[in-house]
Amino acid sequence: MAESTLEQPKPGIASLTPDELETPPLSLGQLTWRRFRRHRMAIFGSVVLFLIVIYAFGGMLVFSEAYSNRTETGARLQAPSREHPFGTDTIGRDILARTIYGGQISILIGLTAMLVELLLGVTIGAMAGYFGGRLDSVLMRTTEAVLVIPQIFLLLVMARYFAQSIPNIEFLGRTFSGSVLVIIFVIGITSWPYLARIVRSQFLSVKENDFILAARATGTSTRDIIFRHILPNSIAPIIVSATLSVAAAITLEAYISFLGLGVRPPTATWGNMLEGAYNYVESAWWLWFFPGLLIALIVLSINFLGDGLRDALDPHSRAI
Amino acid sequence: MTRYILRRLLQAIPLLFIISLVLFILMQNMGDPLATMGGRKVTRTEDRIRLARQLGLDKPILVQYIYWLVGNDWAKTDLDGDGVAETPGSRKGVLRGDWGISLVNRQPVTKVIGERLSNTLLLMVTAEAVIILAALLIGIYSALHQYTAKDNIITATTFIFYSMPVFFFALLAMYIFAVNFKKWGLPYLPTVGMFEPAAGQTPVQVAWHMILPVATLSFGFIAGYSRYIRSTMLEALGQDYVRTAKAKGLPRPEVVYIHALKNASLPIVTIIALDLPFLLGGAIVTERIFGWPGMGRLFLDHVSRSDTAVVMGILMMIAVAVIVFQIIADVTYAWLDPRIRYK
Amino acid sequence: MDPKRILEINNLRTRFHIAEGTVYAVNGVSFALNAGETIAVVGESGCGKTVTMLSILGLIPIPPGEIASGEALYNGHDLLKMTESEMEQIRGKDIAMIFQDPMTALNPVLSIGRQIGETLRVHLAMDKQAIRQRSIELLEQVGIPDPAHRLSEYPHQFSGGQRQRAMIAMSLACLPSILIADEPTTALDVTIQAQIVELIQQFREKMDMAVIWITHDLGVVADMAERVLVMYAGFIVEEALVDDLYEDPRHPYTQALLAALPRVDRRRDRRLLSIPGAPPNLLVEPKGCPFAARCELVFDRCRAEMPPLIQVAPNHHQAACWIDVTTGRKR
Repeated sequence: MAESTLEQPKPGIASLTPDELETPPLSLGQLTWRRFRRHRMAIFGSVVLFLIVIYAFGGMLVFSEAYSNRTETGARLQAPSREHPFGTDTIGRDILARTIYGGQISILIGLTAMLVELLLGVTIGAMAGYFGGRLDSVLMRTTEAVLVIPQIFLLLVMARYFAQSIPNIEFLGRTFSGSVLVIIFVIGITSWPYLARIVRSQFLSVKENDFILAARATGTSTRDIIFRHILPNSIAPIIVSATLSVAAAITLEAYISFLGLGVRPPTATWGNMLEGAYNYVESAWWLWFFPGLLIALIVLSINFLGDGLRDALDPHSRAI
Repeated sequence: MTRYILRRLLQAIPLLFIISLVLFILMQNMGDPLATMGGRKVTRTEDRIRLARQLGLDKPILVQYIYWLVGNDWAKTDLDGDGVAETPGSRKGVLRGDWGISLVNRQPVTKVIGERLSNTLLLMVTAEAVIILAALLIGIYSALHQYTAKDNIITATTFIFYSMPVFFFALLAMYIFAVNFKKWGLPYLPTVGMFEPAAGQTPVQVAWHMILPVATLSFGFIAGYSRYIRSTMLEALGQDYVRTAKAKGLPRPEVVYIHALKNASLPIVTIIALDLPFLLGGAIVTERIFGWPGMGRLFLDHVSRSDTAVVMGILMMIAVAVIVFQIIADVTYAWLDPRIRYK
Repeated sequence: MDPKRILEINNLRTRFHIAEGTVYAVNGVSFALNAGETIAVVGESGCGKTVTMLSILGLIPIPPGEIASGEALYNGHDLLKMTESEMEQIRGKDIAMIFQDPMTALNPVLSIGRQIGETLRVHLAMDKQAIRQRSIELLEQVGIPDPAHRLSEYPHQFSGGQRQRAMIAMSLACLPSILIADEPTTALDVTIQAQIVELIQQFREKMDMAVIWITHDLGVVADMAERVLVMYAGFIVEEALVDDLYEDPRHPYTQALLAALPRVDRRRDRRLLSIPGAPPNLLVEPKGCPFAARCELVFDRCRAEMPPLIQVAPNHHQAACWIDVTTGRKR
C-alpha cells in the first residue's frame, strides 16, 4: 500500500464533517449566557427578582415614607380594601406602603450584609488557602468555632449585645433606625465562615496549577498572584455563593426581626412586619401574608438565579 | 479508631474554652441583669451595689469568667463594701457541674434547661426521623422517574419549599390546617403548646400537637435532602457497577435499592449529623410560633432578659452537642464506607 | 436456522436522542455467532461496538436511547422483543458480559463474595452454603490465592488484574453459553493482559462457551479469535476468519488499520502510517459509505450509497465496498 501523508479532509464534502459534538467555538461569555438562557427557572427567577426590586424602589414614587409610617388608630386591622389594598396593621398603618419601604430595607440589608460577608470571607479564605501552614490552622479553627454555634443563636446574642440605644441614622434625607446597621454587621460577621471555606478550598486547588508556579518563577508579587491569577479563576463559586447569601441574609434578618430582636420600628422591614403576626393568624391574615409572600418570592427568585448561575459558570459542580 | 476519637475530643477542648470565653464576653453587654433579677425591688442604690457584689458583677470580666468556670467558693467576696473581702462565694463553677442560678427565676440552670430539654428533643428526634424517611422516598422516586412530568413537578415543588422561610410555611400551615379546617368543620390541628390543659399531657394530645411543629421544622430539610438524594441516586445509577448489576440479570429492586442506594446514601449520613445546628436554629422559630415549651423558647426568653447563666448553659450545651455529632458523623462515615474502613 | 447458531443479529439500528440532535450509533449491523465460537469485534472508539452489545442485552437506557430496528435472535427468540423480566433471566445466566474497567465495574461498597454470589442466588436459587462453596471454587479457578478469605474483602483491596479475574469469576458463575467481553484487558498492564486472555481461553474450552471479544487492539485479536468483524461508524465493514483478514484485507479501512500497525520487521526510517481525516460526525444521519471522506479509493457512488456487505472471498469473507480492492474495479 502506498505511503500516505497527513491530509486535511477535502472541502466540499458537506455530509461528513469532522467529529464535533460541540457547537462551533464561542467565547466564554457567550457560552455562559447560552447555558444560563437554557435554564428557564433562572430566567424566571431573574424576572421575578427584577419585578420585586421595581416594586420596592419604584413604589417610592407612589407612596411617601411618611405615609407608610402614618398611624391611624381608627383604621386598625382593616382587611384589604380599595383604599388599603393590603389592609392595615395593628396601629392602622397601610401595609402596602410598608411593604414597599420595608422591601427597600430588607433588600438593602441583604445586599450590604452580603458585601460584609464577602469581604471577610474572601480575605480569610484566601489567606488560609494561599499561605497554608499555621495561619491556615488558626483561621480554620476560628471558622470551626464560629460554625459550632448555630447562626441564629449567635445572631440573637449579638443583636442583643449591640441593642443598647443606637441612634437613628440620617441617610439620603431619610431616617433609619440604627438597628439596621447593627443587623447588617451582625449577619455579616456570622456568615463569613461558609464563604471562607469555599474560597479556601478553591485557593487550595487553584494554587496547585502549573500556571501559578510559572507566575511565581517569573517573580510575580504575592498580591498579584492572589488578585490577578488565583482569584479570577476561583470567581465562579464565589459569585454563586454571594448571590445565594443575599437570600440567606434577607431570611436571617426576617427571622430575628420576627423574633423581636432585629430592626426596630418605625423603620419597616418585611421581617419586623411579621412580628407578633402569628397571634393574628385567624383574625387578620393580611398582616403576615403579604410580607411573608414577598420574602418567600424574593428568596425563591434569588435561589433560582443562583442555581442558574451555578449551572452556567460552574457546570462541573453538582447542583442540589 | 479509638485513638482517632480521643484525639478529636482532645482537640475539641481548647475550642470549647475559647468559645465559652468569647460568648461570655459577648453576654456582658446584653442588658441589665440587675434589673432582671431584682425587678422593681432593686431601686435603691445600696441594694443595687450589694446585689452587684453578690453576683460578682463588679469584678472585671475575666475574673467573672473564671468564677463562672471554676466557681468562687475558694474566693471571698466583699459584700458590705468595707474593702475587706470576707464572705466566701457559693458557686462551684461549670467544670464542677455548677452552672449557676438563673437570674429570672432563681432556679439552678441545670434544672431550668433540663425541664425544657426533653420537649425540644422530642420535636427534633421526630422531625429527623420524618426528614430521613420522606427525603429518601421522595428522592428515590424522583430519581427513578427522571424526565417525567412527575419528576419535574417534584423538583419544582421541593425548590419552592426549600426556599420558603420557616415562618411563612408555619403561618400558611396554621392558616390552612388550623383556622380554615375549623371554619369548614374539618378536624383541625392545634397550634399552641404541647397539649390542651384540660385534657392533660397524654401521648395522644402531645402527638396531635406535634404535627404542625414537626412539619414546620422538617419541610425545608425534606426539600433539600430529597434533592440531594435524587442527585446522588442519579449519579449512582449512572455508574458502571450498576450496569454490571443489570448485566448480571439482577432484579430491578435489588439493583436500585442495594447496589445504587448503598452508594448514594453514604454522604447523607454525614450531612444529617452535620445539620444538627440548623435543626436547632429552626427550633427557635418553630417553638416561638407554636408556643412549644422547649429550649428554643427558653433561649429567646432568657436572652431578652439578659440571663447570662442560662444562656451560657444552653449555648455550651449546643456547642458540645455539635462537636460530638461531628465526631459521630466522621466515625460513622468511615465505618460505613468499606474503602475507608479497610484502608 | 443453523442449529449451531446461538446468536443471530439482523439489521440492528440504535440511536440516541440528545439535546444536540440524534446520535446514529449503530446503523444496520448483522452478524451471527455459533456455539463455542470466538469472534472479535474491532474498531476505533466510538464505532459502535459496545453499543451493539448493550443493545442486544437490553442495557441501553430508553430514553434517550432507541432501538430503531432489528432483531437479536438467541436460540430463535428475539431478545429485543422480550420483556424486562424475561431479559433478566437471560442476562448473567445464558449471556454474560464483562466490562472494561474492573475498578468502576465492581460495586465498591459490596464484598466480592456477595457480588459473585448474586447470580448464583438469583438465577440458580442456591443456598448460602452452596453459594459460598461455589464462590470459593470460582475464585480458585480464576487464579486468586486464598479465596476463602478474600470472599469477604472489597474491590479496592484487590489489584487491577485480580479485580478483572474476579469479574470473570462473577460472570461465569452460572456457566453462560455466550460471554461478551468488552475490552477486558485495555485497562490492564500488558503482562496481565496475556494472563487474562489465557484465562478466558481456558474457560472457553472447558465450558464450550461462545465469546464475543470487543477490542481495538489488533494484537489481541490475532491471539485468540477465530473470526473477526471490523466496525466503523456504526457499520460492519468487513468480516473474515482471522488469518484471512490479516493476510488479505478486502476493505480500505481494514487495510489502512493493518498498515498503520507499527511492525518490527519494517524499515525504521519510514514514517508511521496514519489514516488522514477523522471519523464522521455521528449526529448526521449516515448517507453513503462512512469511510468515504478518508478513503484513497473513493469515487462518487461511495458518497451516494452505502455499500452492502457481500462475500468477496472464500470462507465467508465479506466486505462492504464499492471497489474490489484486489483489482481496483468498481462494482
